[in-house]
Amino acid sequence: MFHIYCPYCEELREEEEFHPKGQAHIARPVDPEACSDEEWGDYLFFRDNPRGIHHELWVHAVGCRKFFNITRNTVSYEILETYRMGEQPRFTAGHPEGKPAEQVAAEAEAVSRQEGVKA
Amino acid sequence: MSDPVATTAFDTRPDTSVPTESPLAWSYHETGCPGVSQKSRVVLRERAMLGHLILRGGAIALDEALREVLGLALPARPGGLNHDSEGVRSIQWLSPDEWLVIVPGGEAFALEQRLRNALGGAHYAIVDVSGGQTLIELEGEAARELLMKSTPYDVHPANFPVGKGVTTVFAKATAIVRRPTEDRWELVVRRSFADYCYRWLLDAGEEYGVGVEA
Repeated sequence: MFHIYCPYCEELREEEEFHPKGQAHIARPVDPEACSDEEWGDYLFFRDNPRGIHHELWVHAVGCRKFFNITRNTVSYEILETYRMGEQPRFTAGHPEGKPAEQVAAEAEAVSRQEGVKA
Repeated sequence: MSDPVATTAFDTRPDTSVPTESPLAWSYHETGCPGVSQKSRVVLRERAMLGHLILRGGAIALDEALREVLGLALPARPGGLNHDSEGVRSIQWLSPDEWLVIVPGGEAFALEQRLRNALGGAHYAIVDVSGGQTLIELEGEAARELLMKSTPYDVHPANFPVGKGVTTVFAKATAIVRRPTEDRWELVVRRSFADYCYRWLLDAGEEYGVGVEA
């Protein structure tokens, strides 16, 4: 069983309360009409299956019912971090030990300037 | 132009003389209710027909309206549960933009209208869910043990102080578990799960001599 930290409830909860919803950070094409069949098919059906660090979308189904992201190691099953929608992961395939603090701060700053991210 | 309050709110209980049944009425009839005795280490009590309102919207606008109308502050932190001075009206944090207000039965519609007037043009939603859920109280020294058997959530006082409430798994259903006072716990369960939860509580509470105050 996982013990998952919900970034909205701000505490660790049992896995029973959550549902996995697949790969995170899949952006819908800006102009679907201009997509080729292959691009649209990739967007709809094709998902990564990496060995190692993977970003996943989860929902706290029994609880606050909010979606959030988890960075998980698919080999060790270790959960490296959980973060809210609109935020960027600190642990990525390029930075398995975590990005340096100044880079994280710069990315958070960039996200907070996007319209609609801050309630 | 029509009045927005009049068109969006309607009284779910316009006439209180119409007979109403608690969600556990059938359970009392079918399963029965064991009496409270000297040996009862936990007592179960249903507080039926309360007014339940779901508030959604921005915390700042809702907080201002709620302070004005009820004199209650909106719990800003996750898991927060605030009661008024009499301890009969409460507001609980459910998610970052969602709160549950529970007031005595019959007050919900008037409260909803006053909140709508106070909120004016703010972006919000208020839904009366009184008919959809019921509140079960557990009291007694074994109440916490009974919960430990029923939910994976940690109900130890160190993790679950007075004035906290969480939505979690309860048996194979979901429930809101709240702790309004030191020795009293509350479960807010869906009407459709009420019978299941009641029978689960009787079964799990048998070893503590559970008694029902119907």
